[in-house]
Amino acid sequence: MTVALNGEEIAKRIAEVFPDSGAAGDEVTVVVNSDSLYQVAEFLKNTSGLDFDYLNNLTAVDYLDYFEVVYHLSSLKHNHSLVLKTRCCDREEPVVASVVGLWRAADLQEREVYDLMGITFEGHPNLKRLFLWEGFDGHPLRRDYL
Amino acid sequence: MEVERYEVPSAKEIDAAEALRIRSLREASQQPIPDPDSWLEEEIRRNVLVTTVDYVLDWARSRSIFPLMFGLACCAFEMIATATSRFDISRFGMDIFRWSPRQADLMIVAGTLTWKMAPAVKLVYEQMAEPKWVIAMGACAISGGTFRESYSVVPGVNRIVPVDVYVPGCPPRPEGLIYGITKIHEKIIKASIKSG
Repeated sequence: MTVALNGEEIAKRIAEVFPDSGAAGDEVTVVVNSDSLYQVAEFLKNTSGLDFDYLNNLTAVDYLDYFEVVYHLSSLKHNHSLVLKTRCCDREEPVVASVVGLWRAADLQEREVYDLMGITFEGHPNLKRLFLWEGFDGHPLRRDYL
Repeated sequence: MEVERYEVPSAKEIDAAEALRIRSLREASQQPIPDPDSWLEEEIRRNVLVTTVDYVLDWARSRSIFPLMFGLACCAFEMIATATSRFDISRFGMDIFRWSPRQADLMIVAGTLTWKMAPAVKLVYEQMAEPKWVIAMGACAISGGTFRESYSVVPGVNRIVPVDVYVPGCPPRPEGLIYGITKIHEKIIKASIKSG
């Protein structure tokens, strides 16, 4: 059974290393600021006790005030998992750092999020629409699309 | 002797060309194409010899249709189930599902059609040789089904290709598809050489 790590403890560990990342934890999730996302993700991947080397899923949620990008991480070595979330409050031009350098699985999933939600991932090598055709007007899975 | 180099278009050009194709097809298919039912109104006046030859040819044509595999979504599984041993479709002569449109007579569009796939369906239909027929199988192919209001679903295959028989259901049972195929048989037999 994959153990879901306790978010509060991980958040405390993150806050020790990155004091201005705004890390807060729930029972299974850790929420950080979008500015410090890449460093926190790198820390989670490279620290020897945590070793999150597998990205299960990358999605985004549209709460009307902000977008939330959700990463489901797990460690193949220690068999535990964690949920990492970031919030991004800008509705016109939402930008989040891309984690393609850490986990290659993020490549197509970030393209999907860009296509359907409109969140731009900075540092992505090939950010273009995946499901819809180029020149399609709008981002359909936003709450205010229809 | 100079070898002509074929220029492979870059990814951007391919994307732009695809987007242009989709958008122009979308604009061109605002109205559904009327169903080919001219055989109903045509006065069938044939002399005796032509009638017999006509009838035999059409009968033979109808009993050996080659269907084109065009399963898009869940209805494809019911189409495959119709082709398996329980609801055998090869007892109607539709033994081999052809993958190439050049060798097929009947295109069974099974499943939801999206705008991104629509130019491909049109291309495949145009590549089929006359005489050809189309069955729209399932609610999504008939009218868009549950997904009609979506941003990416074509509201009915008859916007893109003319449809002969509609088989309703979600998905239609194999017996339903077989009933649709018997209707296609009737349609083929009534058509005359004159109308093509």
